[in-house]
Amino acid sequence: MSNPQQLRYSKEHEWLSAADADGVATVGITEFAANALGDVVYAQLPAVGDTVTAGETCGELESTKSVSDLYSPVTGEVVAANQDVVDDPALVNSAPFEGGWLFKVKIADEPADLLSADEYTDFAG
Amino acid sequence: MTDAPRRTALDALHRALGATMTDFAGWDMPLRYGSERDEHVAVRTRAGLFDLSHMGEITLTGPEAGRALDHALVGNISALAVGRARYTMICREDGGILDDLIVYRLGEDEYMVVANASNAQVVLDALTERAAGFEAAVRDDRENYALIAVQGPASPAILKSVTDADLDGLKYYAGLPGTVAGVPALIARTGYTGEDGFELFVAPADAEKLWQALTEAGADAGLVPCGLSCRDTLRLEAGMPLYGHELTTATTPFDAGLGRVVKFDKAGDFVGREALAAAAERAESAPPRKLVGLIATGRRVPRAGFAVTVDGAVVGEVTSGAPSPTLGKPIAIAYVDAAHATPGTEGVCVDIRGTHEPYEVVALPFYKRAR
Repeated sequence: MSNPQQLRYSKEHEWLSAADADGVATVGITEFAANALGDVVYAQLPAVGDTVTAGETCGELESTKSVSDLYSPVTGEVVAANQDVVDDPALVNSAPFEGGWLFKVKIADEPADLLSADEYTDFAG
Repeated sequence: MTDAPRRTALDALHRALGATMTDFAGWDMPLRYGSERDEHVAVRTRAGLFDLSHMGEITLTGPEAGRALDHALVGNISALAVGRARYTMICREDGGILDDLIVYRLGEDEYMVVANASNAQVVLDALTERAAGFEAAVRDDRENYALIAVQGPASPAILKSVTDADLDGLKYYAGLPGTVAGVPALIARTGYTGEDGFELFVAPADAEKLWQALTEAGADAGLVPCGLSCRDTLRLEAGMPLYGHELTTATTPFDAGLGRVVKFDKAGDFVGREALAAAAERAESAPPRKLVGLIATGRRVPRAGFAVTVDGAVVGEVTSGAPSPTLGKPIAIAYVDAAHATPGTEGVCVDIRGTHEPYEVVALPFYKRAR
């Protein structure tokens, strides 16, 4: 599997896109994380207007075998949640870096401690 | 269990297939190869191939082997015809379940007991102790068998293409020795999926050859390798208990709604008779809790250990839960107070991390194949 170069990554296996002109970035989980979870069957995402904090839980992803907390890689205000994933959680498995994105954040604080694609690839092994 | 996990004869194959492996009862076993949901659907609609070599085989031989098993287990084992199999249990003196088992009568004086991997040593020790007064020898055959299962509606046709054995004459819960893909095998029509299917006991050295032959024979029918994850959702839909979840040393067969496996009318005494007779009486007159099915109205998944509640009060406990691929909803098996265990009972919830989510109470199983 390859981790897209243009994204940054957390050690909790979330990815964060580069912010657009309005300071909004997209969050998802990595393919590594999706494979480790197995088939995702339920996604509880933060709601629009929620404040999320880097490194803190903001939702949960449930798979056949387990439930996992969803951590935000960045601090800011949620401006969109992916309804397609809520309706069809399998998107997280089939397209973790694209159609399976989870939510969008208007970034309040520039995140520290995120990994580059190469650093994350080494970290995830 | 501090030792490194044991590996089956098919370990290299699983890794070559890219399986996600998991530790299960001290064995390194395939959890899934790709999507567990796809594997589940394949078994329900086509066919799936499983490595079950972690299961524990114990053989009893001798003129009193049947009588020894009648004494050691709750079933009437000596009444089995040669070539037939039976689902049964081994209980403690207090009626608590040590394990659930399948026993195959391989010959006039030969029986094979198949125990769960997690309990195989306990079962071996108990059988050895309980058979001591009988003219019967107990043999640990765990190292002598690999076990490959082919399960699903297409499994008879797939197996027929690689064996001359009389599969049409092989009934459900029967087993016969034969040759499959050139490999000597005990061919059993048993399984743990709720589908038609076969379990093939073979020498570990022959396991890879058999697995490859079945993979090729099943390719056109859509057979896929399947891991333990889908095995669990398949058995859950079929309402089949799993030791350590629905069955424990703290439960009797009657608590689990499986009292029919206990045969009080067999000849001779058996371990647990007195306690089991009391448990049967209790289950009839004043059942404390009953094993029921629960179907979610929402999408969050109940897990083993979650509380079942009514009006905020705990009335039971989930023993197994998973998203059901066939129903498209989360399902669970739970022990629930008898007052709330009738199918259709209103107001039953499962406490899912603090939220009491409404559930429908149903009779087991959730899924029954058309015959």
